[in-house]
Amino acid sequence: MHIPDGFLDVKTAVGAGVVAAAGVGWALRQARRQLPAQKVPLLGVAAAFIFAAQMLNFPVAGGTSGHLIGAVLAAVLLGPAAAVVVMTAVLVVQCFLFQDGGVSALGANIFNMAVLAPVIGCGIYRLARPVGRIAAAAFAGWCSTVVAAISCAGQLALSGTVAWGVAFPAMTGVHMLIGIGEGLITALVLAAVWKARPELLNQPAAPAGGLAVAGLVVALGLALFVAPFACSWPDGLEKVAEHLGFDAKAAKTPLLASPVPDYELPGIGSPVVATALAGVLGTVVVFGLSLLLARSLAANKES
Amino acid sequence: MHHDFLDRYSRLDTPLHRAAAGVKLVGALAIVGLTVAAPLAAVAYFVAVLIGLLAAARWARIPWRYLGWRLLWLEPFVLGVAFLTLFQPGGHRVFAGIMIKSTLCLLTMVLLANTTPFAELLRVLRQLRVPALLVTTLALLYRYLFVLVDEAERMHRARVCRTFDRRRAAVWRNLGTVIGQLFVRSTERAERIYAAMLARGWK
Repeated sequence: MHIPDGFLDVKTAVGAGVVAAAGVGWALRQARRQLPAQKVPLLGVAAAFIFAAQMLNFPVAGGTSGHLIGAVLAAVLLGPAAAVVVMTAVLVVQCFLFQDGGVSALGANIFNMAVLAPVIGCGIYRLARPVGRIAAAAFAGWCSTVVAAISCAGQLALSGTVAWGVAFPAMTGVHMLIGIGEGLITALVLAAVWKARPELLNQPAAPAGGLAVAGLVVALGLALFVAPFACSWPDGLEKVAEHLGFDAKAAKTPLLASPVPDYELPGIGSPVVATALAGVLGTVVVFGLSLLLARSLAANKES
Repeated sequence: MHHDFLDRYSRLDTPLHRAAAGVKLVGALAIVGLTVAAPLAAVAYFVAVLIGLLAAARWARIPWRYLGWRLLWLEPFVLGVAFLTLFQPGGHRVFAGIMIKSTLCLLTMVLLANTTPFAELLRVLRQLRVPALLVTTLALLYRYLFVLVDEAERMHRARVCRTFDRRRAAVWRNLGTVIGQLFVRSTERAERIYAAMLARGWK
């Protein structure tokens, strides 16, 4: 999901950079206020830990392998603000030392994987925690991956690199699968930490105000990225329609005068509706899987 | 993991290596910014940048072989995303543009990493008033990155040696345990580091 240089145009790169800087600035202030002095080195070592964890591959299917992103893992272990700082540091080093992810896209990458993923993931984790910590973490891990992928698709579409109608289903579809691995490993790691050192997971709950601010930052960021689609959306779809040969059909009926016939045309409204439906269905299925996983892990612990 | 695999040539002694880190950082960012913003028709510009970068690499005595291998190693990640552009009308033009631009930017960043030690970049960040908490985190990340990757590999190898179960579920569970243990060890290491920092007068 690391966007290389050359994929984002100037306005998207700068816009994402500004939003990311605001998010990281908020996290730094928050972390400085909440973190006791003896925890400052923990941020750096935890960043190195996330880095090392990302290098351990796990088998997926057919000889391919995936690896952890770790945004939710960091958020659950350290809290959302510290997780944002840690993930930002990881992405900066990946960009400058590994050349993984471009410098011009650094803002966008930080926004997707270091701000959006841990903050949304942590919010979902806290909302779903009554169901059980492990299940909540697995579900949050999956959601954070998918949300970051959607935002990435949005940035690519906004830059005019990949049409929204192509980028959204492709990125979301792939990452709905990758997210399962992310959720599973997040849950397994948390279960292991829980077994070895349960006191590491018992942090004092953050004040409610912090989460509200976080929500606001996310809503703002999303609004900035999603709002332009109100106008660029039909454009992307038209391109797909043209590609698939539907434009000739659509041209016969005026687009804006009567929207109803358009909805009956296959291919115009249905890819988006179908993707949205698939998304809802996938979310429900993953939530169920998370519950099952948590139950099996809990059963293991007792035996 | 050999820690010099990423910036093997960053500690050579050539005029380019001796140049101020801030100048090199700004220069690299300027090249990347201009390349990203340039229209596709500006072929002369792209050729000029390529020649300039290759000349700089020669000047800094970075072997072609190494540059080639680094690019070959990085290109698949670019192709993975670039491949999406082919699914739209006129996509091949976008694809070509992206490949040219991203390859030039990759070359720029590989050169920056191999002429400027990371610690010097951090010093520039501090001068630019980047918050101290972030710079400290970056410095510690760079310092302990290779230590923890080695530790993770040792734990993983030890686990593989003792585990004969090759079923996927077992592999996943073991990986979860290894990563969980790695986190526990990381927090313990962070406590020792804090004590050591205090002993050396850190505030």
